[in-house]
Amino acid sequence: MELQTPEKIIDSFKTALGDGVINAKIYEREVAVKKNKFRSLWVEVKKSAFRDAVEHICHLQEYPHLAIISSSDLGAEVELIYHFTIYYGHHLEELSLGLRVKVPKSDLKIPTITDLIHGAVFTEREIQEMMGVEVVGIPDKRRLFLPEDFPEGVYPWRKDEKGPPDDMLRVLPGREQK
Amino acid sequence: MIQEETKKATYTIPVGPIHPALKEPIRLALTVDGEEIVDVDIFAGQVHRGIEWLGMNRNNPIQTMYLAERICGICNICHPFAYALAVEQAAGITPPPRADYIRTIAAEMERIHSHLLWAGVAAHEIGFDTIFYLAWRVREEIMDLIEYVTGNRVTKAIFQIGGVRRDITEEQFPRIRQSLDYYKSLFDQLKKVFLDDKTIQMRTRNVGILKTEDALKLLTCGPSGRASGVPKDVRQDQPYAAYADLNIKAMTPDMVTGTVVGDVYDRIIVRLLEVKQSIEIIEQCLEEMPPGPILAQPKTAVLLKALTQAEGEGVGRAEAPRGEVIHYVRLEAGQSTLATWKVRAPTYVNLMSVPTILKGMQIADVPIAFASLDPCMSCTNRMVITDRVLGKKSIMSYAEMRHLSLKKTEKLRR
Repeated sequence: MELQTPEKIIDSFKTALGDGVINAKIYEREVAVKKNKFRSLWVEVKKSAFRDAVEHICHLQEYPHLAIISSSDLGAEVELIYHFTIYYGHHLEELSLGLRVKVPKSDLKIPTITDLIHGAVFTEREIQEMMGVEVVGIPDKRRLFLPEDFPEGVYPWRKDEKGPPDDMLRVLPGREQK
Repeated sequence: MIQEETKKATYTIPVGPIHPALKEPIRLALTVDGEEIVDVDIFAGQVHRGIEWLGMNRNNPIQTMYLAERICGICNICHPFAYALAVEQAAGITPPPRADYIRTIAAEMERIHSHLLWAGVAAHEIGFDTIFYLAWRVREEIMDLIEYVTGNRVTKAIFQIGGVRRDITEEQFPRIRQSLDYYKSLFDQLKKVFLDDKTIQMRTRNVGILKTEDALKLLTCGPSGRASGVPKDVRQDQPYAAYADLNIKAMTPDMVTGTVVGDVYDRIIVRLLEVKQSIEIIEQCLEEMPPGPILAQPKTAVLLKALTQAEGEGVGRAEAPRGEVIHYVRLEAGQSTLATWKVRAPTYVNLMSVPTILKGMQIADVPIAFASLDPCMSCTNRMVITDRVLGKKSIMSYAEMRHLSLKKTEKLRR
């Protein structure tokens, strides 16, 4: 496997996805005494190009490591970031790759990637129960962390009306309800 | 499906609705055919404390540092470490180089104590309590050193955004070196006890195998992944803190035996090698530590104001004793809490390999095979055992299962 520079990786994304790439940037920072560079990549893609983008990452590295999917409630849409790392096992050459995709709340669905990356199932189950993003085609639909008696349609990470209502929050002794 | 069968009998503890950091109790549902395990299902979330929610709704970013420290009792260096890296990236703060070195020393001390703790637990799981006592006796030395350097034995509170709280001075070096020498003098003995002992070999060789390909597919990280031949180690792969200046190599079992089996025995090898590696890293850091300040912004009020006004996002990755810890932080200007905080502890991904590891094994092997991943949970409290032939469901307590494990060791010894 040939290691490519971050610039080349971004070019390869643009070649593979065309206008599916919304923006791409490289973050760099010098570390400690020898000033070796910490580098990470941030690539934002359209929802329609999302599956192709993950497939492209699987071409860059046979088994990309998917650390986690983070999600933010941005009001009208939910932002998902798939935190990958590629080129692990090479001294100081590993790259963090954040694949960003925004999903509108009117159609809160994202295709599963478990067929490409088997280990994605936990984190997909988590965004499903915590953020209310429907993962289409997920092999295991059950909740991961929330108890079975947790009400349907309440998503703890949401900042809108679907977030946990005030009466669900326990007020500590000596504190007042916000 | 089998899952449906076991679901009704399982025991659910409804704890807080918010965020999981996957610590402490967990439940596995094993489906067995006689003694053999044919299927495993995992139920997590029993100690769901909503920590991320607190970081996003209650605490300010500085308070959240101390909350991050309390995600785990053992990994209370690596969580603040990853959190600090993420916030520093989001807010554009650069810690001084001396702080990088002190952070590295603290993280390696944590690795030594965690691996020794694990070694004792692993011996206990197979009923070899002499080694359990020995390993934990030996561990006391590093606990004393941690207290000497950080001021605290368990929750060290040494990390701050933009640096560390406490310096390591020249006068402290001899005391630190004394502890490191103690471990160096013991290493050969530890290696002999854990790798040459016949009983340990019988109970761990070819038990709980995770093949390289499975480890890659299931995203297994940390010592468990390395024992399966995946040379992934954040300290080696990504430049962060003083690791960027050092030449670190991921430890794999073939360095000792020449092959990778991916069983429990290999996981012992990797952790032993890493204890030695940590000692070398601390020694190197002491020698090369640059002079200078230890904190980028010593005034808390100024720092808090800067963090409240900052806009940006960052990812912090650190190698915990159990594998990669990652924190994602998003700051929005004018917001007093974090806009988004996502934490992933290594056990989160390592748990996915549990079904693969346990399938085809005997119930008596479950404690050691499960413990060999060093899952960050107090214990596997209860397991639901379903006998497929008899269709009988029963809850086997941890004590009963451990008893089975002890009996197996005794039988093998005869």
